[in-house]
Amino acid sequence: MTSSGAVQRRNGSPAVTAQALTLAFFLALTAYFLVPVYWLVVAATKTTADLTATNGLWFAHVNFGQTLRDLFHYDDALFSRWLLNSFGYAGLGALGGTLVSAMAGYALAKYRFPGREAAFALVLGGVLMPPTLLALPLFLLESKLSLTNTYWGVLLPSLITPFGVYLARVYAAISVPDELLEAGRVDGAGELRIFTTIVLRIMSPALVTIFLFQFVAIWNNFFLPLVVLNDRNLWPVTLGLYAWQGKAILFPDVVRIVLAGALVATLPLVVVFFSMQRYLRSGLTAGGVKA
Amino acid sequence: MSTVERVLLASPRPAVKTRRAHLSRESRHGLAFLAPFLLLFAAFQVIPVGYAVWQAVHRTVQSGLGFGGSTTTFVGLDNFVRVVEDPAVRAAVLRMLLFGVVQVPFMLGLALLMALLFDSTLARLKRFFQLGAFLPFAVPGVIGAILWSFLYLPGISPVVGVLTALHLPHGFLGPRAVLWSIANITTWQWTGYNMLIIYAALQALPRELIEAARVDGASGLQVSLRIKVPLVRPALVLTAVFSIIGTLQLFSEPTIVRSLTGNVTATYTPIMAAYYAAFGRNDANYAAAIAVTLAVVTFALSYAFMRIAQRGQR
Repeated sequence: MTSSGAVQRRNGSPAVTAQALTLAFFLALTAYFLVPVYWLVVAATKTTADLTATNGLWFAHVNFGQTLRDLFHYDDALFSRWLLNSFGYAGLGALGGTLVSAMAGYALAKYRFPGREAAFALVLGGVLMPPTLLALPLFLLESKLSLTNTYWGVLLPSLITPFGVYLARVYAAISVPDELLEAGRVDGAGELRIFTTIVLRIMSPALVTIFLFQFVAIWNNFFLPLVVLNDRNLWPVTLGLYAWQGKAILFPDVVRIVLAGALVATLPLVVVFFSMQRYLRSGLTAGGVKA
Repeated sequence: MSTVERVLLASPRPAVKTRRAHLSRESRHGLAFLAPFLLLFAAFQVIPVGYAVWQAVHRTVQSGLGFGGSTTTFVGLDNFVRVVEDPAVRAAVLRMLLFGVVQVPFMLGLALLMALLFDSTLARLKRFFQLGAFLPFAVPGVIGAILWSFLYLPGISPVVGVLTALHLPHGFLGPRAVLWSIANITTWQWTGYNMLIIYAALQALPRELIEAARVDGASGLQVSLRIKVPLVRPALVLTAVFSIIGTLQLFSEPTIVRSLTGNVTATYTPIMAAYYAAFGRNDANYAAAIAVTLAVVTFALSYAFMRIAQRGQR
């Protein structure tokens, strides 16, 4: 830091030019990244007429209250139901998935048993399996089992997160001391009790990371609910908004409703992302996963 | 406690008999903890894949008017032959290859450049710019695609408005342009994520090495190209493999853009072709064959890429 700073000072103006160029580069890029989201916020507050008639990048008559009311009443008031479904799928799926992953990761890290290496290889293979590719086979199987068009059809597959198992295993191996487990056993605690009272607490930072990743992944899921769910009452919000977006060409008044819905459906995730950044970062850099 | 003590404590091995008894109890407990995951994994990952393979080598024919049930016969690789000979599937695969060859290097190049600048002394307001780059990743993929689809729509989009006023080309949904409009959506969404992975790898590099090169008179550019880039190669390979996989299973972005333009066909990407086979033509066997083929191609390409990347390193 100090020596490179010194080199720059010695170089004088070229470094200043480079800094200015870098700044310009990042300003342009940040505009590219942020303007669409900014436009969403502006456009969601407009009336249908203003949407086409006024400057797209600035506010006109703010109609957001009316649009929000319309959003929650439009099409048999399905939006609140979709939102609730999304919270259900993502919340329960992530909670269950985190527990299942924690148990599996702990077992792989701390117990010796036949087939352990094979099980871990299976987990790693699962990490590489693209979820979109899996959705169609899942649908074919679920339609045989009459699981299609049920909450379970989306929820049960969401409980598997091979990446979560991988993360839990790595974290348990590093952070859970064998001596502590032995001490618990000497004190006469059962394995399950040791897990629930000692291990889960020590692993909690990793568990938060797994929960967040799984929550985001399920919230964003589109293909699986699309193929599995016919009944609109069971849809998550992503699928519902897609269906409404399809009407926008024929019914221009739907555009503002879709935009407001998009904004509302994004907010929980943006809050999660920016308040829990520390945990998400540790997960991202632990190996990288596409949500 | 030192490592030596830990090793000593961990391996007290008395008589063989008690050890075996202890191991089997340990095995039982370990397997019990693993069981929920294994069961779910078997039910919702292994069996579906197996069932898809089974479907792919069979053909179901509705008898009569569809009332009399259906008959399923083993047809070997017939469905796969149909996949390979299907002009729509071929076009979809070629389209995705073109997409991947352009979009993946562009996005990763941009992410690498950003990460290198963040890691250098040149960037100011690092925190703000990093958060900005990361924001699109926090937007659900489907919603990002819906958002951009409206930004491509004349009348609503301020982007189209500005381009029209400047007499610049603005047909984002045109027959040729639409592929790159879709590429723009994925670039917007994933550049920040890839930047973060590469940046984390850069931050983990030993600082002494970089300092030493600077002291020896290497310029910032030289340090970046000759030292940093080769050292973060594993991170680049990782992001490239994930991007290749992502490209081959592209579905939601083109499907959403399709709502607004006929220039995206029902079989625009391989996964869309599989979806169309299953739901548009009710041919589960053919859909399974496409999915299985795509899985094989995805694994083969990822594997080949990793092998090539490793060979280049030696």
